[in-house]
Amino acid sequence: MADFQNRDMAKRVLDKIKESGVEAKFMHVCGTHQDTLVRNGLDAMLESTGIRILQGPGCPVCVTTPNEIEESIKLADSGIVVTVFGDMLTVPGAERSLAHAKGDGADVRIVYSIMDALRMAKDDPNKEFMFMGIGFETTTPATSLALLSQPPDNFSILSCHRTVPKALRALVNMGEVKLHGLIEPGHVSAIIGEEPYQFLSTEYNIPQVIAGFEPLDLLMSIFMLTQQIKEGRAEVENEYFRVVKPEGNPKAIEAMAKTLVESDVKWRGFPVLPGTGLEISDKFEAFNSRKKYEDLLSPIWDMDFPEPAGCKCGEILRGIMEPQDCPLFGKACKPGSPVGPCMVSFEGGCSIAYKYGKRGN
Amino acid sequence: MCLAVPGKVIALDGAISKVDFGSGVIREVNMSMLEIEIGDYVIVHAGFAIQKVDEKEAKETLKLFEELMEKT
Ligand code: SF4
Repeated sequence: MADFQNRDMAKRVLDKIKESGVEAKFMHVCGTHQDTLVRNGLDAMLESTGIRILQGPGCPVCVTTPNEIEESIKLADSGIVVTVFGDMLTVPGAERSLAHAKGDGADVRIVYSIMDALRMAKDDPNKEFMFMGIGFETTTPATSLALLSQPPDNFSILSCHRTVPKALRALVNMGEVKLHGLIEPGHVSAIIGEEPYQFLSTEYNIPQVIAGFEPLDLLMSIFMLTQQIKEGRAEVENEYFRVVKPEGNPKAIEAMAKTLVESDVKWRGFPVLPGTGLEISDKFEAFNSRKKYEDLLSPIWDMDFPEPAGCKCGEILRGIMEPQDCPLFGKACKPGSPVGPCMVSFEGGCSIAYKYGKRGN
Repeated sequence: MCLAVPGKVIALDGAISKVDFGSGVIREVNMSMLEIEIGDYVIVHAGFAIQKVDEKEAKETLKLFEELMEKT
């Protein structure tokens, strides 16, 4: 495969970014982009340029609310087998996490794919199984395809899926950060294509580049954004065209349209963001945990859970604070004893900063 | 979460394929979102291939980078 880690080329692109003289703040919304930036020291290299990269709400586990975690804990405590992706296990709800529930005797199982959860349900028809559907558009089609595959009666999904473009509209409308450009997530875009981002350029005049995940992809995307600014353009460009097609993945889009409907959901650190959630459509309501276990879950829906004391995850997810600015970072809050979800998920800003040895303030 | 990794399709059986991720890691992957052939490179996320990697476009990308660097 082609070499996207070429150091000479990376240095040349970095020099060009510096030469451009552009001073701007760009935001990405993807934990994997953050990982590439920090792991390869690109964030430090960019300090010599006029460009600052902010991380937005790009970690699906981090933006999941305490209410959703409480829903899953409630089902686990009620004897339902709860299947989740690994990094959901230790995210704290109101007090306990799913790991605590497991320690208290609940049947909580880590799966790599929703297909594993389906298989478990089929193999064990006497138990009820719930799959916690977390993730942006990259992950959602799998949930849709599972729904379309005639799941067994003892299987249901707690949909906590969220969508990116409309969340970006909300973030821009909040006006806390002035963004000069957006680095769009390559694998979300592999599904949805280029069009859904268009309004951010036409209505808000924000340059955008869809970016891949190698160091060179990111540097090149940043360079392309500086060029748009220099030339007074605001459009959606696609640096990751070896994977992202303008139309996205039509089969995945169709599967999502058949099974899910938009909903208004809260994101951690944000208020309710209209149209940014995906709930299971009425046609598939037999597999919707919220319908199937409404009596158990509905008391949780309107509860208000405070954020963990002192945790700045909300500010980090909105791009107005860095992990190192949190007084608990690396002290009371570490990967082994996380206070907030940004330290739990391997895509969380705090865990990435900690892992690659960022200095706490 | 959105972490997705490239691999090469080495066997196909209906919607289920075997994908080689290198270093001896081979896994079953669901292909129902794509039309693929053995030998294709795909991006895999949570057990599903979400898109193909176009090798020609990959080389094209690097050429384009070169051109952009020359031009500016
Ligand atoms: S370091 Fe811990 S407490 Fe501070 S914002 Fe991150 S997760 Fe929250």
